[in-house]
Amino acid sequence: MTIVIPQSFWLYFTFFALLLIDGLWCMLATRNLVRVLIGIEILMKSVTFFLIAAGFLTGRMALAQALVITVIVIEVVIVVVIAGVILGFFRRRDSLDVRNTRDMKG
Amino acid sequence: MIWLTLLLVLLVLAALWASMTTALLRATLGLALTSALLAVFMFALGATLAAVVELSVCAGLISVVLVSVTTLTQPRSLKEEFEARKSRLRRFWPLPLVLLAAGVSLSFVRVPVNIVLRLPAGDGDVRTVLWSMRQLDLFGQILILLAGVFGVLILFRREAK
Repeated sequence: MTIVIPQSFWLYFTFFALLLIDGLWCMLATRNLVRVLIGIEILMKSVTFFLIAAGFLTGRMALAQALVITVIVIEVVIVVVIAGVILGFFRRRDSLDVRNTRDMKG
Repeated sequence: MIWLTLLLVLLVLAALWASMTTALLRATLGLALTSALLAVFMFALGATLAAVVELSVCAGLISVVLVSVTTLTQPRSLKEEFEARKSRLRRFWPLPLVLLAAGVSLSFVRVPVNIVLRLPAGDGDVRTVLWSMRQLDLFGQILILLAGVFGVLILFRREAK
């Protein structure tokens, strides 16, 4: 089956790009570890948004929903584990500053 | 189509608020609002199951986790908070302008290519796709959930004295 992408693709692509820029900026410009997590979340939202838009445009909404549910499960695990890492870092260093992570032993 | 575009504008504004606001609790609220608007968008396009999962898990559970992290970490002193706000403003003020410029320029760009996708025929119900066609994804989800549980257990393990 062949599907030609319609013009409304560019509308969805524009908003996907805006969310992507917002998430990247939030992640790279901040110095707070919780805000880095919020930036990652915004990036995940942009991916979820584009998956649903792609499913709608290609008429494969069931497949898109199955992929989005998988993405959401991965998103939750990432958030919980990073939240744990942030709490552990705060207990050891009494700080949430990203610059203090440079001298961690790894 | 107009109200859908308005919804998408609100979605980007909520995400912008989440990344620019100074208080972490307000940023968490902005993220929950972004998730809720994304769920409305999914519902409008007919992805009802994904919308329910997005609303309950992302706008609910993840917000609770982020609020817990925020409350378990101590606030800074007033002087440090003031300095951090000034420094934040310097790093974040170009973001709305960059988003506006990107939005305006991308809304005029139309790449003159006719992208053609070749997809397999047939697309049934989401439950059929999830349980019959994508079993490997389910197996991966279970593994990822277990990895998350063990990761948290290791993170909060008490050291033996």
